Amino acid sequence: MSDDRTAVKNPVRLRAIGFNPRANPYAAWGSFIVLVILWQIGSSTGFISELAMPSPVAVGKALWQLIVSGELWVHLAASAQRLAVGWVLGTVAGLTVGFLIGMFSWARSPGVALVSALFPIPKIALLPLFIIWFGIGEPSKFATIGFGVFFPTVINTFSGVDNVARNLIRMGQSFDLSTWSIVRKIILPGALPTILSGFRISSSIAIILLVAAEMIGAQYGIGALILSAGNLYQTDQLIAGVVVLSLLGLSVSWLLGRLDKWLLSWR
Amino acid sequence: MRLEISGVSHRYDQMEALRDIDLTIEPGEIVALIGPSGCGKSTLLSIIGGMLQPSEGQVSASGAVPEGCLNPLTYVFQDFALLPWRTVAGNISLVLEDHKLSKVERAARIDEVLAQTGLSDFRNAYPKQLSGGMKQRVGIARALAVRPAVLLMDEPLSALDAQTRILLLDEFSALFARTGMTAVYVTHNLNEAVRLAHRVVALRRRPGTIKEIHTIDVPIDQRHEGDPQIAAHEAALWELIRDEAIAADKELEHVG
Ligand SMILES: Nc1ncnc2c1ncn2[C@@H]1O[C@H](COP(=O)(O)OP(=O)(O)OP(=O)(O)O)[C@@H](O)[C@H]1O
Ligand SMILES: [Mg+2]
Repeated sequence: MSDDRTAVKNPVRLRAIGFNPRANPYAAWGSFIVLVILWQIGSSTGFISELAMPSPVAVGKALWQLIVSGELWVHLAASAQRLAVGWVLGTVAGLTVGFLIGMFSWARSPGVALVSALFPIPKIALLPLFIIWFGIGEPSKFATIGFGVFFPTVINTFSGVDNVARNLIRMGQSFDLSTWSIVRKIILPGALPTILSGFRISSSIAIILLVAAEMIGAQYGIGALILSAGNLYQTDQLIAGVVVLSLLGLSVSWLLGRLDKWLLSWR
Repeated sequence: MRLEISGVSHRYDQMEALRDIDLTIEPGEIVALIGPSGCGKSTLLSIIGGMLQPSEGQVSASGAVPEGCLNPLTYVFQDFALLPWRTVAGNISLVLEDHKLSKVERAARIDEVLAQTGLSDFRNAYPKQLSGGMKQRVGIARALAVRPAVLLMDEPLSALDAQTRILLLDEFSALFARTGMTAVYVTHNLNEAVRLAHRVVALRRRPGTIKEIHTIDVPIDQRHEGDPQIAAHEAALWELIRDEAIAADKELEHVG
């Protein structure tokens, strides 16, 4: 043992390295800038053919044209309205059914069975049916989006309700809180984190269905804009429409982030 | 309020958890329930508070409740059961909001119990900001806010570290001595039982039955850590449940 003390000392190697990615907002913005610059260089040098992919400058010009002509706002307003109405309808219905399934035995098995059977159907396949039912106008688009939003919201809501700590519900019962108080003050806030994270999924589903529905039958809307640009091979306008969609998605996700911060400030 | 447990038995599916429990809890009395893990202490406490329907027998309450009592049988939970989205004051307010109290009365009750439990400076804190001991003080404050007739406490200190336990044990003992509260106190810890209880009910397992009721006739405010009289009671209790504890320790859990 005694010669251990005089032996060469090796520092202990640190092994807990990695597996801990950290966020860096500068890198997030930087990646966009780098991508656009590389793209522009590619276009300017002729490496990327103008036919296949318009340059960022061309896309910017097309976007600017849409803005100053006022065309963009017409399309954007039509899309935003469809998105909002469809999403709200699907969400309200989904929350209601989700809560019923989460709370009552009579709703549980039938509800879960129906939702599991209908969830996997691509909702856009039902658009023709909705057009027959509701006509070619707005209601059929609301229905498509609402339907698409409904199912994931149901699933998410009842799993959120299922995950509310049982001990908190029992606590409420032990203090003789009314059923309504337990739902409103314990189950709803307890399920809220799951419900809000489900909003991110349902809102992206809504955007996908929005564009699809607008491509099938609409005069105005970002989807219609992209489709008509594509038909005329105006790729600069097409990409401009895609950029607007991406911005729309980002704003929705920013709004949801604010909602999270506001409603879940206790976390 | 007097609680009378008569002929209570309970089974979970095939498993007989409790058999023929007869016990009366007198007003102003602290009764501790001890016994090895799985002997049915929590089951019995749930039955007493009306949170579980016993397979047989019944629990009946008689006598007056304290003035302003909103929830005669009130639990204090091992895991605190605080709403993480409400502040300390909000958690207490929760159990008052369903009752016909004016805003002023409600605020007065909240202030009163916060002061009693030393939480006045923490009223706007969220549970996640509090230590375990503080969380359990909120649990106590919430229970006191409804002016309970009987406190039902299921291992209220077992989620806490040893030092905090000593502090809260002293606070419980002062609270019981001061208010003359009636309580049923479930614990694994014999020291808690001998510090707080007038009577200690030792349960036996499989099925849970009452093995013996041990009376401690020293007034609660005169019991102190290291008091030989109290130590003797603790040793007697250990003698009482030791064989059960050894058997429980060696038993395999039923699978399925
Ligand atoms: N909901 C339940 N369903 C089925 N069996 C249960 C249920 N709750 C408890 N048991 C069983 O009943 C017996 C008594 O349980 P109980 O929780 O009352 O014991 P306990 O004395 O409180 O134990 P511990 O000291 O570990 O808290 C145990 O064997 C337990 O496994
Ligand atoms: Mg227990």
